[in-house]
Amino acid sequence: MARLVVNGESREFDAGSDMPLLWALRDHLNLNGTKYGCGAGLCGACTVHMNGKAVRACQVSLGQAEGAEITTIEGLDPNGDHRVQQAWRELNVPQCGFCQSGQIMQAAALLAENPKPSDEEILSAMSGNVCRCGCYQRIVGAVRLASTGS
Amino acid sequence: MLTYLEDLGTLAVRKALDLTVQKVSRRGFLGGSATFALAVYATDASAFERWKTGGTDMPHGVVEDPMVFVSIDADGTVTLVAHRSEMGTGARTSLPMIMADEMEADWDRVVIVQAEGDEPKYGNQNTDGSRSMRHHIQAARKIGGSVRHMLAAAAAERWGVSASEVVVENHVVRHGDKSLGFGDLAEAAMAMPVPAHEDIAYKSPDAFRYTGKGEVQITDLHDITTGKAVYGGDVTVPGMKVAMAVRPPVVGGKVVRFDASEALALPGVVGVYELPHSIPPAGFAPLGGVAVVADDTWTAIKARDLITIEWDDGPHAGYNSDTFMEEMKATALEKGNALRTQGDPDGAFANAARVFGHTYTGDHIAHIAMEPPVALAQVQGGMAEIWAPVQSPYQARTDIAAALEMDVANVKVNVTLLGGGFGRKSKADFATEAALLSKMAGVPVRMQWTREDDVRHSFYHTTSAERIEVALNAEDRVTGWRHNSVAPSIVSTFAPDSGYQFPVENGMGHVDVPFDIANISCENGKAMAHTRIGWFRAVSNVPRAFAIGSFVGELAAELGRDEKEMWLELIGAPRTIDPAASGFPETYWNYGEPPGQGFDIQTGRLAHVLETAAAGIGYGKALPDGEGIGLAVHRSFVSYVGCAAHVKMVDGRITVPELHLAIDCGFAANPERIASQMEGAAVMGMTVALDSSITYRDGAVVQANYYDYDVVRADNFPRKVVTHIVPHDFATPSTGVGEPGLPPIAPAIANAVFKASGTRRRGLPMGRTI
Ligand code: FES
Ligand code: FES
Repeated sequence: MARLVVNGESREFDAGSDMPLLWALRDHLNLNGTKYGCGAGLCGACTVHMNGKAVRACQVSLGQAEGAEITTIEGLDPNGDHRVQQAWRELNVPQCGFCQSGQIMQAAALLAENPKPSDEEILSAMSGNVCRCGCYQRIVGAVRLASTGS
Repeated sequence: MLTYLEDLGTLAVRKALDLTVQKVSRRGFLGGSATFALAVYATDASAFERWKTGGTDMPHGVVEDPMVFVSIDADGTVTLVAHRSEMGTGARTSLPMIMADEMEADWDRVVIVQAEGDEPKYGNQNTDGSRSMRHHIQAARKIGGSVRHMLAAAAAERWGVSASEVVVENHVVRHGDKSLGFGDLAEAAMAMPVPAHEDIAYKSPDAFRYTGKGEVQITDLHDITTGKAVYGGDVTVPGMKVAMAVRPPVVGGKVVRFDASEALALPGVVGVYELPHSIPPAGFAPLGGVAVVADDTWTAIKARDLITIEWDDGPHAGYNSDTFMEEMKATALEKGNALRTQGDPDGAFANAARVFGHTYTGDHIAHIAMEPPVALAQVQGGMAEIWAPVQSPYQARTDIAAALEMDVANVKVNVTLLGGGFGRKSKADFATEAALLSKMAGVPVRMQWTREDDVRHSFYHTTSAERIEVALNAEDRVTGWRHNSVAPSIVSTFAPDSGYQFPVENGMGHVDVPFDIANISCENGKAMAHTRIGWFRAVSNVPRAFAIGSFVGELAAELGRDEKEMWLELIGAPRTIDPAASGFPETYWNYGEPPGQGFDIQTGRLAHVLETAAAGIGYGKALPDGEGIGLAVHRSFVSYVGCAAHVKMVDGRITVPELHLAIDCGFAANPERIASQMEGAAVMGMTVALDSSITYRDGAVVQANYYDYDVVRADNFPRKVVTHIVPHDFATPSTGVGEPGLPPIAPAIANAVFKASGTRRRGLPMGRTI
């Protein structure tokens, strides 16, 4: 039996401690906003927050996640209006959209830790998140917008 | 693509499936058309004079029946059907947006539903070839305009006035001080006869609210940013299991024997099944192999690793891409089969003062959309229902019906959002796998591919060697052009391989070279396929634009000429190219579009986008050492795109601080999404230029995941991309947007790298460093 605290709720379900958090969220908790893109920590599609820090859910086992506070895209803001989400909409960032939960979670964690990142800090923080559609210009713009309001 | 293969007689048309889906019953048009002239839109008919497109030649053509696409609820909600797949281009928003505009529906009261795969009902749904707007924009206006008239007619009847005096504006229907909402009139309006095109008073384009404005946001924006958007792997049904497969490492290989005892012993494993293998040419049939079906994804992953398989690798086990590349380069130096002969190229080369030539190469490319292939199938009681991110849902449906030996009427394909497609998801082998496994296991099955599966079992962009030579006279003027294109053909995936390319491939930047040179020879040398060749965004235009664009840069350098002047001289005076008079082959394929409808090659538009991009970036300005601006321009999918790339070498690394793209795609229906496609093309183009290389050793793909098949990321993308859209009115047909941005990027970067570093790279990918 696995135990997780996700988006402020305590959840119990039947899974081994070696199961990656990604598949637990998707297959057992019906939280499908967190995406699978590589399973190897290389693309960022599965980015969630663990105790407020951005982690790759495909690289965190349930054993490691137990006792931690997990936040997924579904729990980032009750109305989906986190300033990063708003900035994303204002700049029409997504194309296919598949990478965007991960991008938003990464950006939100960055701004929580460093509310006014420099451009170089934004680029380096976001470089683990692949967008095959190539929305980087708007992603960087939206992080800046969420950070500075412009 | 498949359509064109069949059309051109390359493939025997597959008649095996009797498509018994019922035809949509069309409402008859009742007379009295004069009542449909609405005062407020009584524009002259030339506001929308229709032109012919290749859309009507596509399977099931274009449907413009409002009864198929529109419904209005009593509360006024307008529901519009999106029949094209959404993979990031915005098609799911843009076509309904045009319907809504012409209908005078308030976009905030519009709901979009995605069509299932049903071409007899919706018309062609194959979302491929940058065709959605090109083929369907006129239908979208027709559908919207029809409903607006029907609303007016219903109101006129109710009020006992002439429909021509009724005003339909922003979800309200008015006459004098009387007004009704769309919802009040819904039932009566939808019972009205559907007017004919000639009887519709279309909106004057300056009355457009949404079309051409770029202010409407994509319909899924909120869901995407909150994690609620539904992609292929996000659908669940009760009792669903998850499958993973081990597929033959070499195309055409098959299982000799396998041992799944350890996998079967793992708790949570439902079963292990051998998939039917396919021998090329197998179209979109699954590769075969062994699949495990388990309670959840993690169990399936673990179980899959426990299966041991002995393979018979089949006839392609000797494929080594390095050796093959050397063979193609040698072939390219020989004379190939003549495809286009204009003037006397042999004479021009025989009499040349000198000949200048180079060979350009490209490795295979895998699409790696962020969402790896995934599909859910529920096969039970003689019916099959599929949920899948597919570009061509009706093709998927017929493929799945054939694989299950079911009537197509008993197969339903629901289309989710696609987490990227780029041509890979035109091929629904993964959905067929899910269907086969659901049938075998007797439970609903989600087939999930891993990234490694995706990299290793794609339908790959071809590999190529392009040899270009010019004959120069004593004054260094170009008197002859020879281009021999050598690349395994897409045809090999569908028919016995001749080693030669087919008219669709020839038409993508090869025989349609738009240069004003008296003597031209376009040739094709033989290259056999040893893997599944498919299509990747912009297809053969990628290697051709790279070869031609790089060559123009090299020629300019060789002759001491300015690169832009060199381009403009080769393009020549503004003219419409007459294919027959220019020695084009009789089978010349112009993206499926008919001649004389605004789709012909117009060199003035080509030169203009080059000039626009160059002016945008400030081409000609002084730059420090280690920096350079390169240019390229290419026409594809009937659009013209010029690229100016500024490259800066940073410690030997190629960086692109600024890149300008100018696109002429006719009437720009949704400029905001056009810009986003251009920005995306710039990033993918840089990845193609620097990174994308799939290689083979002993028949198997070497790469596996991002660690050895990486892409451009936030730490090194074209930092500032500026899109210039050439303005046109509605009468200039809208053309492709999804693909045409890609081809000119890599050659513009290569030309800039040369100027910045003095090093010329003639192979794609060039690598990240010099
Ligand atoms: S899926 Fe976790 S980083 Fe790619
Ligand atoms: S929006 Fe498609 S991968 Fe980022």
